[in-house]
Amino acid sequence: MLRLGGKELFSRFLIGTARYPSPETMRQAIEASGSEVVTVSLRRYGSGKWDSNAFLNLLKEMQLNILPNTAGCYSVKDALTVSRMAREVFNTDWIKLEVIGDDYNLQPDPFGTVEAAKILIKEGFEVFPYMTDDLVFAERLLDAGCKVLMPWAAPIGSGRGPANPHSLRTFRARFKDVPCIIDAGLGKPSHAAAVMEMGFDGVLLNTAVSLARDPVEMARAFAMAIDAGRKAYQAGMMPEREFATPSTPVVGTPFWHQEKK
Amino acid sequence: MKLVVNGEAREFDRVENVAQLVKSLGGDVKFFSVALNGEFVPRGDYEKTKLGEGDDIEIVTPFPGG
Repeated sequence: MLRLGGKELFSRFLIGTARYPSPETMRQAIEASGSEVVTVSLRRYGSGKWDSNAFLNLLKEMQLNILPNTAGCYSVKDALTVSRMAREVFNTDWIKLEVIGDDYNLQPDPFGTVEAAKILIKEGFEVFPYMTDDLVFAERLLDAGCKVLMPWAAPIGSGRGPANPHSLRTFRARFKDVPCIIDAGLGKPSHAAAVMEMGFDGVLLNTAVSLARDPVEMARAFAMAIDAGRKAYQAGMMPEREFATPSTPVVGTPFWHQEKK
Repeated sequence: MKLVVNGEAREFDRVENVAQLVKSLGGDVKFFSVALNGEFVPRGDYEKTKLGEGDDIEIVTPFPGG
């Protein structure tokens, strides 16, 4: 059971709603993922022929927890305004806070993210911060009142998988009592399994599923990988060794002699 | 009165507050939210939030996101 933002969740897979070939594929992929949390955004009214009523009604019918993001915000002020609008539209205190600091790799702005988190938490928001794996950034977010941390594995949409496994392991060890979700940068189910084996509490991803040739099958594959990684973490993995050790017992090996002939 | 709505400058007649602006845009969008000059305007404040020449209004709706 994963406790996030005051809710108890069975699934450790949080999934995005963007870039699917069709709304129906999105619906099927979310169902296949088993996710109970979906990320959404706010965009200008009149952007294309988008049917926002049908979109939100579908997510409501599916009884999903909605996690709105502040994607595309580069300033604290914009992130605060989008968060407040999102609370009204989606009727939730949850916000996936993204304050982007760099246009090139969409890296979060740690200073802006912390500043915005402080204000939003005072206003009663449950802040899910999009962040790097920097320990001091994480400390400041916890000081601000965040109850969950969401470090990236690699830049958003890159699909590269954990760019710095050592630093993610350090992060996990440093904040062992805080729910930590890997957000962004995963491309394959094996990436998701790898971070779950490290002991992360969950995975948030979007593009790896929605841009797959078959998003529904990929959602299922990720769900299995996340589950496998979690079970492996709980089961406790054997330590790595430098050299070979036989798995079959040596005792009683036939034709064995104390002295070499 | 000239207003900038979602980044586009437009002329509006007989629009004095946010409630009237939203109504004048028509459409059947059920879920939306409004910001005036970068600040969130709660739904309950639409009537009393007056608009002035050159005001910048953002109207947003739910959209897919990651």
